[in-house]
Amino acid sequence: MSRSRSADGKWPWLFVLPTFLGVLVFYLWPLLKTLYDSFTETGPFGGSTWVGAANYSQLAGDSEVYRAIVNTVVYTAIVLLGIPIAVLFANLLNRPGLRGAMVYRTLFFLPYVAMPTAISLVWRIIYNGEYGVLNQALGVVGIDGPSWITEPWFALVAVALLGLWMSIGFNMIVLSAGLKGIPGELYEAASLDGASRTQQFRAITVPLLTPSIFFLSVITTIAGFQLFDQLFALLGPTNPVMPSTQSLVFLFYDAAFVGNERGYAAAVAVLILAVVGLLTLFQFRFQRRWVSYD
Amino acid sequence: MRIPSVVAGVVLAALALTACGGDSGDAGEAKVPDDPAQVKGDLTYAIWDVNQQPAMQEIVKAFNQKYPNVKVSISLATFDQYFTKLKTQGSSDNLPDVFWMNGPNFQLFAANKQLATLDSLTEAKQIDPANYPKALNELYTLDGKQYGVPKDFDTIALWYNKRLFAEAKVAAPTAEWTWDDYKAAAVKLKAALGPKGIWASGDNLGNQANYYPAMLSNGGFVIKDGKSGYSDPKSIEALQFWSDMVKGGYTPSAAQNAETRSQDRFFDGKAAMMWNGNWVASAALKSRYKNDFTVVPLPKAPGGDRKTVIHGIANVMSAKPKNPQAAAAFLAFLGGKDAALIQAKAGAANPAYTGTQADFVDSAPQYNLKTFIEAADQYAEPYPVSKDTGVWNKLELDRLAPAFGGDKAMSEVGPAVASTMDEALGKEK
Repeated sequence: MSRSRSADGKWPWLFVLPTFLGVLVFYLWPLLKTLYDSFTETGPFGGSTWVGAANYSQLAGDSEVYRAIVNTVVYTAIVLLGIPIAVLFANLLNRPGLRGAMVYRTLFFLPYVAMPTAISLVWRIIYNGEYGVLNQALGVVGIDGPSWITEPWFALVAVALLGLWMSIGFNMIVLSAGLKGIPGELYEAASLDGASRTQQFRAITVPLLTPSIFFLSVITTIAGFQLFDQLFALLGPTNPVMPSTQSLVFLFYDAAFVGNERGYAAAVAVLILAVVGLLTLFQFRFQRRWVSYD
Repeated sequence: MRIPSVVAGVVLAALALTACGGDSGDAGEAKVPDDPAQVKGDLTYAIWDVNQQPAMQEIVKAFNQKYPNVKVSISLATFDQYFTKLKTQGSSDNLPDVFWMNGPNFQLFAANKQLATLDSLTEAKQIDPANYPKALNELYTLDGKQYGVPKDFDTIALWYNKRLFAEAKVAAPTAEWTWDDYKAAAVKLKAALGPKGIWASGDNLGNQANYYPAMLSNGGFVIKDGKSGYSDPKSIEALQFWSDMVKGGYTPSAAQNAETRSQDRFFDGKAAMMWNGNWVASAALKSRYKNDFTVVPLPKAPGGDRKTVIHGIANVMSAKPKNPQAAAAFLAFLGGKDAALIQAKAGAANPAYTGTQADFVDSAPQYNLKTFIEAADQYAEPYPVSKDTGVWNKLELDRLAPAFGGDKAMSEVGPAVASTMDEALGKEK
């Protein structure tokens, strides 16, 4: 710190003011408001009465909430598998002298930039039990595929596989940047010492990628807990499997916009915030054990 | 469609900002002035059906010939988001001036003072409820006051595929059919067409088209005096009829319907018959088998009775329109004969205004669409609603529909649904 804070006067504050206002109006205020609402009973057109912790005791006694937490955790865990897969793919794509690397990169990135709802509608057709291409393919190798989107656990796995597939592109871009940051001398030195490619991958690539991997696992976990759009579009709100497949955000949507219980919905939103906050805190606490910033 | 919790917060915050708005008077003083040129300003008209947008634009054009100084902009949102959007707009007193309303949502909006009553318009003879089916006026009346001007209506009848019946050598349905005939035909159709991957029935197992008409025909009810009808023995018999249809493999289950909509099977020549409304006429016309379909009245219940529900969209006006005069003038025009005739000619909807349905019936002469009009006249009952219909509609979807064809008898499922529904009805204010 070469200059003291007071020397800058109020100028720095002026420069961050636009951003700060945005944060205040679009994040902080709604956050506090949601917290407040979670202690009220709020009708579909506003008009709220204070009910204390009633929404939270309803939340604790609601078996749907526990099921939604389990579903959300299972979904997030499956999507997290996309990170090791992306590490492998990114490594392959970054091999020196690979032809058409840009083409592959674009292809892998496409699902990330396409609209999740549009993708979900296409996958709905792929997953269709009777006419879907997936079961046709399984039929060729003699497997009688299930009705992917209408059987309880299969439906959740189907949604998660879609989420995993969509995440690979973004993961790879982040990991590629990480790979570019690894000095080439390390590999030269390692091969001079006689290390095989696999050994190099395990001893150099993976450890030096851990900051990127850490970043991805935090981002993926947060996104995983916000599962809504693929679920809604892939399964459809009238799907009989929905009660046993719904995520926490779906529960929120249902309470707020179908059940017209906005206070209870706010309590669900607070729960989501708390769970995501705790998980992120946990991840930051434990990163020291496995992330190397050398 | 991603709704992160913060965005949700924004929505909830927006709701709360206006929570202290207090009671609003209705826009009752809004009368249509005598000189149309006096009426000026901008209006928003919200609708949800893109297929009907051209007809609505035609109506606006006709309205502007009479009221040249009013600019109406049509705001379209898909049905899935429409009411979510309206509720959010309503909580910040930003409802469109005039908008479409449906039965399940009407009482929620009216009871929360979001809608203007039609009193001043009917007193001034700008709108006459006698022009619309009685059941529809009742649907949009709460505590003795009418809020909605019926725009169109739909009833339920039996659609069938003539070619598939001939192919299976099964006698075509008639107006004299009973449920037993429906099931007996299903047995034969399944035997003949099942091996080709064709279903006997393409019923969606929806409330409006399938089990409401069945329950009413059989002497049961859906909701009466604030109590659920799902524990009524007559209602249960009707539910059991559908459950047996699924169990026998004649009708696709709720899960199969979620994957491939049963009515799509019908229009794709993969199902031979179904109970459905006149709103599918436009889908029928788009099918490559469009000349194979036709319509007869619903089969009668074992007791010999036949009932359908009648539902229709209504045009309503916000309780706090930005421009009450222009909104009232537009609403009155929407409820008139000219607007009804424009709709009928476009063939997109069956107008509610009595005597204007001929064009709609003629838009597809091969389907015998007058069956639906006769149903409305002779054996239709109002669509069942309560103050917060959405809550128990969800219950029907989650608990009832998946149970059709299941191991549990409807005498077990029905009362269970009824008790949860009664609980929800008890919470309504």
